[in-house]
Formats: sequence, structure tokens, C-alpha cells
Amino acid sequence: MDQTADCGRELIRTLSLVDNISESEKEKIRDQIVKDIYWLAEKIANESVSKEQIKTDWGEKADDILTSKYMGFPIMLVMLGGVFWLTIAGANIPSAFLAEGLFWFEGRLNELFMWANAPQWLQGILVSGVYRTMAWVVSVMLPPMAIFFPIFTLLEDAGYLPRVAFNLDNFFRRSGAHGKQALTMSMGFGCNAAGVIATRIIESPREKLIAIITNSFVPCNGRFPTLIVLASIFMGTVVSETYSSFVAAAIVVALVLAGISITLLVSWILSKTVLKGVPSSFTLELPPYRKPQLGRILVRSFIDRTLFVLGRAVMVAAPAGLIVWVFANIGIKGMSLLDYAANLLNPFAVLIGLDGVILLAFILGLPANEIVIPIMVMGYLSTGAMLEPDSVSVLRDILVNNGWTWLTALATMSFSLLHFPCGTTLLTIRKETGSMKWAVFTFFSTTAVAIIVNFIVVQLIHLFL
Amino acid sequence: MGLTAKSSGFNVLKESFNIDIEINKPVIALAGNPNTGKSTVFNALTGLKQHTGNWPGKTVTQAQGVFTHNNQDFLLIDLPGTYSLLSNSTEEMIARDFICFARPDLTIVVADATNLERNLNLVIQVMELTDNVVLCLNLMDEARRKKIRIDIEKLSGELQIPVIPTIARENDGLYELKEISYKICTKQIKITPYKMKYSENVEEAVEKVLPLLKTRLNQISDKLNLRWLALRLIEGDKTVLESIEKYFFKLSKNTEGQVLSCGSNC
Repeated sequence: MDQTADCGRELIRTLSLVDNISESEKEKIRDQIVKDIYWLAEKIANESVSKEQIKTDWGEKADDILTSKYMGFPIMLVMLGGVFWLTIAGANIPSAFLAEGLFWFEGRLNELFMWANAPQWLQGILVSGVYRTMAWVVSVMLPPMAIFFPIFTLLEDAGYLPRVAFNLDNFFRRSGAHGKQALTMSMGFGCNAAGVIATRIIESPREKLIAIITNSFVPCNGRFPTLIVLASIFMGTVVSETYSSFVAAAIVVALVLAGISITLLVSWILSKTVLKGVPSSFTLELPPYRKPQLGRILVRSFIDRTLFVLGRAVMVAAPAGLIVWVFANIGIKGMSLLDYAANLLNPFAVLIGLDGVILLAFILGLPANEIVIPIMVMGYLSTGAMLEPDSVSVLRDILVNNGWTWLTALATMSFSLLHFPCGTTLLTIRKETGSMKWAVFTFFSTTAVAIIVNFIVVQLIHLFL
Repeated sequence: MGLTAKSSGFNVLKESFNIDIEINKPVIALAGNPNTGKSTVFNALTGLKQHTGNWPGKTVTQAQGVFTHNNQDFLLIDLPGTYSLLSNSTEEMIARDFICFARPDLTIVVADATNLERNLNLVIQVMELTDNVVLCLNLMDEARRKKIRIDIEKLSGELQIPVIPTIARENDGLYELKEISYKICTKQIKITPYKMKYSENVEEAVEKVLPLLKTRLNQISDKLNLRWLALRLIEGDKTVLESIEKYFFKLSKNTEGQVLSCGSNC
């Protein structure tokens, strides 16, 4: 068989010599070939297509406004703010309703265990550990997601996201990255792992790596609920109730903008240091606006996103709840393992505006960012199981009792925005880059950014206030 | 019935393109520019009978699915969306290599009816490479809204291939698309597309190279369009030779039937 391969190689060698045409002549021929094809395409199109002159094309008109130099950004901010406001304002009532239902069911579960004479520890692990964590995740996260995703999908389906990319394209090129990174970043808002896969559209390996490493600086589905919940219970309450949801929405918008700025800054630093090079050019084609298919949006955003994210959260939260319950209930010298670890982390955590429990929650939340808040709350409650959060205000009480201020909330949100990506994303990075090296690099570089930013912000605020 | 892709070589498909081919299941490639609704056409045709993966060795997504028409199963392969086949990018190379070396029984080119001229560039290039081409003129509703009128018969006459207007989002025209695919794959219709004639200097260069290719490659002349190869060589496209080596020689180990006998040329 090797003979065949040799034969092939020989044949290829002679083939590459069949023509004695010079390189410059070949280039001319190539140009001529392309020109001829274009000419034929134009000729056929002109013969078979007739276009009635229409003066106004609303799609082009909309693009003139949505991607204009001065209006593009304000409109983008208003759209984003509007989506967050609807989510925050709309999520409270169903959230309380769900919590009530799920914790009523917990009472029934407890009765069932008692009726069956189950041992105390089993009831502790399964009900106070596993079930309660899942109930938490569902009641706190489902309503914001059920509102946020359909609206976001609507914007996506109507063709607004490519316009966002168009607005941002210039910034990315100026920071030495590829304009298409604006698109992969937009995907990251949905899911960072998906955003990392989307970087396949970037051909140059250098720019692709920049896009991969910086992708997790925009909040994903798993972190939006954390940001939205913290913003609404800490930031919103500074002002009167009428305006609280507006303030909370504004804070989330500000965080998203901060995330985008950090993305650009880190891209710029990377393209000047580890990944040097000139950005390659490309043409960004704005697809036409398409009438969104409402039914499909509802189905798709509910099944593909809401249920998917929630399912993942519950799947990860259940075993995590079990582990945290065990950690919180097993102790050395009267101190639970959880407290022990939290105390260990505390001195460092305080420097960046967090506390030991929050930092521990982020570390334990590596598999999925969705469970950071549930773990945090579990850590705070000395009983070793989570309190029943019949409404968001209970969550606020728990946090305030454990020394939270608006600054703690801000530091937590900022850390959530910038810290290491979740386990799934890291695995995806390894798969897409083909080496563990870049996954590890991403882990450490993002965490370093989170620590530096948090440290500077917290120390500055301490200095002035 | 001639309903096999045997002439294209099972093993080439299976090994180099990751396609699970079966006897009596014609292979149809779906090509087209980006943003033409190609994926919508793919989804509308295959429904839930599809699975996705990667093109072997590439980080480009590959989707394949099955649809049935007149009790006949067809394997539909979604090629990457490209503006041309001149192999400027990985996507273009995958699309070109698939049509050229996997030799699907039919290639459907999905085009955006609101932007026919640009889309025709790809159609013309596909027609150069293979005879069995159908043009699926999608997004007809948008064209109508933009008051663009397309003379389907005239277009079909110029290109000398079937042209099917569709609105894939509303399943409009897909029956006709399946019907024509069936007829072509069962050889009830034979298509001889319009063959591009180039400017004199290009044609002269082709004439010079072609006889040489014919003597060198006479064993695979039925598997490879030599005029097309000549064009690639005179424009200095190096990738095509690499692909020939890859698909005709390197894979010889398990492809007994496909091995080119080492003739007098060596």
C-alpha cells in the first residue's frame, strides 16, 4: 500500500509542474477567473431580476438609527436597561409564590420522613440539604429566567444582536482583537461555553484565543440571576420603592458595561503581550431584520435556555447541597468544616470586599455559577441548613445579619462578573484550543483580573468613605 | 435503480467526511451563502432526524440529517455557508472538497432571492464542479416585500438547472424541492448545467494544461473534473493538489476498491 502513497506523491509532484506559468501570470489568471464569474453572475441576475424602485426600506432606515454614531449606544443602553427592568420588576411576585409552594412541599416531605421513621441524618441530608438547595435555586432563579430569556431571544431573533456587534466592532479592532469578537461576546451573554464554541467563526488563531480568554467577562445566564437578585435587594433599596427597580436595572446595566470595558482592556493587554499581532480585517454583514416567530421564541427560550440552565443548576446544586450540608454538620473541636474553611479564607477575602463564606461559595460554585448564592446562604446559617426564603426580603435579612453592606454586594457582583469561568466553560476551552494550557491560563488570568479590580475598587471606596 | 453513491466511493465519504453512508440512500449536499436561510431549509427538510458533529480534523460544525420522499430516504449534508469555492478559508475548502471528492448525488444551492447577484457567484462555481445542481431560491417572501421580481423560468433557462422558489420558514416550496431531488437522484431527469466560458487568456492556458492532465490522470478522469482541476492549477491554487493526494492516495489502506492502480505513469 505504501507503494500507492508513493505513487500518489510522485503524481502530485509532476502535476505541480504541469504548467510553466509564472506566479505573477497565475495571479493575473486568478483575477480574470474571478472577474469572469462576477460578470456572468451580474449578467444573469440583470436578465432575470427586476426591481421596482421603492423609496423607503424600513430595514435600512432602522439600521441608520440603530447603528448610528450617536444614537447607537444610547439605544443599546435603553434596550438593555429595559430588559433588566422588566426582569427585576416582574420576577418578585412569582418568586415569592414559588417559594411558598416549594417550602410547603418541604413540610410535607418532613412529615413523610417522620411517618416512615427515617433516621435524623437521612432526613437532614435529603430534605435540609438536597431538596432545600434545589427549592432555593428554582424559586430564586426560575422567575427571572422565565422573563429574561424570552425577551432576550426576541431581540436576538429580530436581528438586533448583529447591530450590537456592529456598534462594538470598532472598539474591538482598536484593542487589537477581531471585530467578530463582538459577536462571540454577545453569545457569551447567553452562555460562556457557547460563546467559546462560537469563536470558531474567528479564523486567525491569535484573535480566536483573545476572544476565548476574555469571553467570561460578560455575565452568562448562570450569573445574571445572581447579579439581578443582589442588585434588587441591595442597590434598589437605597431609594424609595417606586424607583428601586429602575436603580437595580441601572446597576446591572453598569455591570454589563464594566464587563465589556474589561473585555476590551484585557484584549488590548493580551494583544500587546502574550498574543501579539495585527488585527485581520473582515466584512460584517448585517442580516436583514426578520419578523420574530413568537411561538417558537417562547418554546425555544423556555426549553433551550430556561429549562436547560435550571436543569443544570439543579443537577449541580443537589450534590453540592449534600456536600455543603455534610461540611456544615461535621466538625472538628466544635467548629464545622465549613466555618473552618471560611475562617481560613476570611483574611484574604476581606481585602477584596468579600468574606470567607462568599469566597468559599465561589470556589465551591466552580461547577456552576448558579449555586453561589445558595451555598453562601447555607454557610451563614449555623443550623447547617438553609432558611426558608419565603421572599427576597428574608434573603436580605440573612445577608445583613452577617455583616453585608451595599459594598459587600457590589464586591460580590463584581467578583461574580470577573472571576474564573465555570467548569463547563473551562472544559470547552480545553477542547476548542486543544490544550489544557489555555484553560489554565484563562482560569488564572480572569481570577487575577477579578482580584485586582475588586482590591482597587474596595480600597478606594474605603479611602474616600 | 442507480440509487447508490457507489461511484463516489463509500469509504471516502465515511473516512474523510465523517458521513454514515448507506446503500440506496442518495447523498445530497446543501450549499449556500451565509444568511440565506440554509439552516432553515435543512431543518425544514430533515425535522428531528438530524445529528451534528464536526468535520474531521476541523472545528467547523457539520450537520447531517435524513428526509424521506416517495418512500425514498435521502441523506442531507449541510455544508458550511460560503460565498465562493475558491478555498480562501477552511469553510470554503470543506465545501469544495465535499462536492469535488465526496461527489454527492445532488447539490442544492440555497440562495437569497433578495440578493441574487452575489449568490449566483457560488451557484456558477458549483455548476463548474458538478452537473447535478438545483438552485433553491429562498426568502421569496422578503424579495416580494422588497418588490423584487425574479423570472424563475428565465433564470432556470440561463443556468440550465432547476430553480425552485421557496419560503423555508413557512415550508413553502419544499415539496417541489424534494420532488425534483427525487427525480434527479433516481435519474429520471438529467441535468447539464451551463458551463462557464472564460476570457481568452484563461481558456488558452486551460487548453495548454488539459492534455497533460488527461494523460497523467486517465485513471481518475471519471472521478475528477479535469477542466476544473486545470483551472485551479493555472490560477496557482496549491490546496487542490493536497486534497487530491489526501482523498485519492492517503486513504488507500482500507479502501481496496478505491485504490488507483499504479499505472504506467509512475
